[in-house]
Parts: sequence; C-alpha cells; structure tokens
Amino acid sequence: MAIDTQTVKRIAFLARLKIDDDKIEAAKDEFNKIIDWVEQLNEVDTENVRPLTAVNETKLFCRKDEVKEGNQSDKILYNAPAAEYDYFVVPKVVE
Amino acid sequence: MILQGKTGNWEIICGLEIHCQIISKSKIFSSASTEFGVDANQNVSFVDAGMPGQLPVLNEECVRQAVKTGLGLRAEINKYSEFSRKNYFYADLPQGYQITQFVHPIVGEGVVTVDLDDGTTKDIRIERMHIEQDAGKSIHDMSPSKSFIDLNRAGVGLMEIVTKPDFSAPEEAGAFLKKLRSILRYLGTCDGNMNEGSMRCDVNVSVRPEGSHELRTRCEMKNVNSVKFVMQAIESEAKRHIEVYESGGTVEQETRQFDPVSGQTKVMRKKEFAHDYRYFPEPDLPPLVLNDEYIEKIRCDLPELPDAKKERFIKTMGLTKYDAAIICENREVAEFFEKAAAGHDGKKVANWLMGDFFAMLNRKNLSVENSPVSAENLGLLVELIESNVISGKVGKEVFEIMSETGENPQKIVEEKGLKQVSDLGAIEAIIDKVIAANPDNLNAYRNGKTALKGWFVGQVLKESRGKANPQLVNKILDEKLA
Repeated sequence: MAIDTQTVKRIAFLARLKIDDDKIEAAKDEFNKIIDWVEQLNEVDTENVRPLTAVNETKLFCRKDEVKEGNQSDKILYNAPAAEYDYFVVPKVVE
Repeated sequence: MILQGKTGNWEIICGLEIHCQIISKSKIFSSASTEFGVDANQNVSFVDAGMPGQLPVLNEECVRQAVKTGLGLRAEINKYSEFSRKNYFYADLPQGYQITQFVHPIVGEGVVTVDLDDGTTKDIRIERMHIEQDAGKSIHDMSPSKSFIDLNRAGVGLMEIVTKPDFSAPEEAGAFLKKLRSILRYLGTCDGNMNEGSMRCDVNVSVRPEGSHELRTRCEMKNVNSVKFVMQAIESEAKRHIEVYESGGTVEQETRQFDPVSGQTKVMRKKEFAHDYRYFPEPDLPPLVLNDEYIEKIRCDLPELPDAKKERFIKTMGLTKYDAAIICENREVAEFFEKAAAGHDGKKVANWLMGDFFAMLNRKNLSVENSPVSAENLGLLVELIESNVISGKVGKEVFEIMSETGENPQKIVEEKGLKQVSDLGAIEAIIDKVIAANPDNLNAYRNGKTALKGWFVGQVLKESRGKANPQLVNKILDEKLA
C-alpha cells in the first residue's frame, strides 16, 4: 500500500494539520516509510489467531450510577480562550 | 404507499436511525449529572470537557438500560461488544471524537410490531442498537458572530437504534416512532420526548419504480424533531427524488435538512464533503462482556410491555382493539385504567376514561398521574351507574363534582341526595302530577301526536331532579298515557 500526495492532503485536512505545499512530498515519503515498517506484520502467519482490539485484555470496570462531579464551571472554563455567561465562546460555526 | 409520477408509479423505501437519551442519574463515562435545564456548564466533569489525561469509566446503569431496551425490542443481546472512536471536529465535541460502538454493538437484530390506522399491524425489523455519548449543545442565535457552547449534554448516554429499510409509507414511520416511544417509556429507559431532544430521528429515504427490487441512492435527513415532521420529510423527499428521476436526473447521495416551515428538504452536506470518521477501537475501554445470568436477571424484571398489556385487556377486560390500543399507549394511563376497572365492568370504565375523564384532564391541562379523580373513585362511579343507584346523567354531574373536589362519588351521591328513585309509587306520583298539570298535551298525545312522549319523559325527569329511573319512567308513562 502506497500513500500518494492526495491522501496526504486529505489526512492533513481531517486532522486539521497545515502542511505547506513544498512539504507535501516529504510528508508523503515519511508516511510511506511508516506504512512499510508496519507492513512487516503481514509476514506473520495469523491464520488461527483471533483478532485483538485491546492489547491489555483486562475486564471492563464499571462505575455505579452516582453523581459525584459538577458545579465547577469556573474550573471547566479556566483555560477557555473565550467564555461568556459560563458558556465557551467560539467563532460562529453553523453547518 | 405508492406515489404516482408522470412516468409511472413509485415505491418509497425508508429507514430510521433514532438517538434516545438513556435515563440515568450520571453520564455514560463520567459522574457528572444528566439533569436537564440547569445553568450552562454546571454538569460537566473533566472527562466531558475532554481534558488531557482524563479517562472514561463506563456507567453500569447505562449498560443495564441498553440491555433492557434491547430485550424490549425483542432483540438479540450481544454478550461481547466493543467501543470505538468516531473522529470529527466540532466545537461542541471537546474530545475531538465520540466514543460509540461500531463493529460490535451491544444489541443486534430485533423487531417492533406497529399498529396501523387501518387496523392491521406490520413488523419493523431492527438492524442494531448501540450505546454512545452525546455531544454538547451549540447555541448560534445569541450573537451574529459567535457560537456559545454548553457541555451539560456532552457525555450523556445515548442509545442509537437503527431500523432496516422497512418503511414504505410515512404513516408506518409515524406509527413506529409512537410505538418505540411507548416501549421506551414502559421500560423507563428513555423519556421519548422529541421536542426536548431526548429522542432524535434521522430519516433515510430512496424511491424505486413500483415492483422493482433495486436499491437507488438514498438521502439522509438529520435531526427531524417530531413525528409529524418525520412523516412530512419522508413524503416531500420521496417526491423530490421522483421529480429528479422523471426529469432525467440522478439523485446525489447527500445529507439534507428538513425545514418545517416550507415542508421541504434542503441540502446540508454533499457527498464530497461527507465526514470520514476514521473509526478505530477505543483504547481507553476494554471490550464489554456480559453473561447469560446478567441478561436473564434483566429479562425477569421487565415490565409488561404495551403489546402484551393490550392483548390482556382485550381478552380479560372486554376492551375492543381500538380502546386497548389507546389505553395502552401510555403506561400510566394503562395502570390507572387497570386500577379503576378492578372489580367493575372494564368496557364501561374504558368508555368513561376515554370520554369524560380524558376531556377533564385536557380541560385542566393535567396528566393522569395528577388527576383529581382517583382510579378507585372512577371505578366506584361507574359501579353506581351500572347498579342503577344513579342515572348516567346524574353520573356526569357527580363526575364534575369529583373533578373539582376529588371526593368519593358515594359520598357525593348521599350528601346531595342524588340517588336514583326506582320506587314505583314515587315515580307514579310524579307522573300523575305532570299529567294532571298538562291536560292539553295529554289530549294531543292521545289524538296521535305521539312524539310528545319524549316531552313527558323530560318533564318527569325534571320534576324528579334527574333522579327518577328512566327505564321505569318510560314503562309507567306508556301505561298512564294510553
């Protein structure tokens, strides 16, 4: 599998990363190196191995349904670039 | 439903995705409150705000509610399910991803039977149901240049129910949503309130020529927020597709928005801008594994659901299918009815309930839970009428008093002296008095103007202040007038 410059641009857009046009080629090569390296895994025979989604196969720990946090808008908003009336404020986003 | 186009007939194919807020005290992955309507950003934990290093911990109640809902949808419960990350950027999604379930949802295929207006039923198949976290709320109308973000809703548990494309008419989708809401409310897993957003619906629509089996491009309408709008959206979108095809065009796969004012849909997002969510397994949560014992325990605790209750009311309480459907739509109404009808004539109690009782609640803008007339007292009132202690007409009077004072009907009847007079002598005396006072009408009656009988009945009942037993009045009048 090889990554082309179009894919690099697409991924950069999805990740909201700005890559200057003159850096796209270099980023493409980086990507392909990473992919090649990971693709070594294809050499392993996984015929009878069941798919694994978590390396740490611990039992899922659940929480009781209790309210223990809240009423801390000052802390929640502390690092917000802009806040008004206890709301986060962002440039207008309407889809 | 078949829609007629210029070139022929068309069928509608429609499927729904419904987001239902889970009833729980705290959020699905944090211990902040789910309470609705509090000040902005008060019910927010550091997990909900997407602060670095904060880890989600699953709320066991949300899992229980999801399993309960799955069982209520007669669905398969998956003992193994997994959480995934769905990645997208939006101001009200502080983590930059939503924790949801993708490949392995907690609930598999199920079925909901809907009741259609023509008295038939149709099975709507459920494709799957998964659990996930809700996003925050963006408010766009407080400023022309800014959006305001409230994270109180961020992290509230949701169940997303996906149907198969089984709807072929808007009415079927409407009936399904009502049935689903009824089931969720019986289960107590979601309050089903579409206008408050605790139940939100995405609608997928495509059309095809009648009789064909092809599947054409579908369009999705996001967040349609009432049953009526869902039905309108399906119809207007289907008509739009037909027009496009008949004028030689092709339907683009796109996300659209239904505008309730115009009744039309408009494009929201084209396919080339479609989201690419790049799902991957959620590294912060191991798979969710349930066992049979856990599932069976929940199954044993399930309440009687609307379909079963309806059947029982028809079989054992003498209700018609129509009465039973209305009474069972709402769990509180069904329970009120059952209490009121205990030991009395079920059909008669149902008539009172759906007539004067519902009218009274509407007038006073009350729900059945805070009715001034208790279930027991409604049953007693029906019994008083059925056993001829009072007439139906006096019954209505007594009911009015009950709805003001909440008093026991027996007490009202006794205190106000409203008992029906079934004593032959007493009724005869009144009739004699009325006849003696109206010799002209008596003559007219005897000369063939028999319609005056009704007038005499009215006079006698009036004279008795409505208490004379009407059957007896009729019988004795016939004898006296002859």
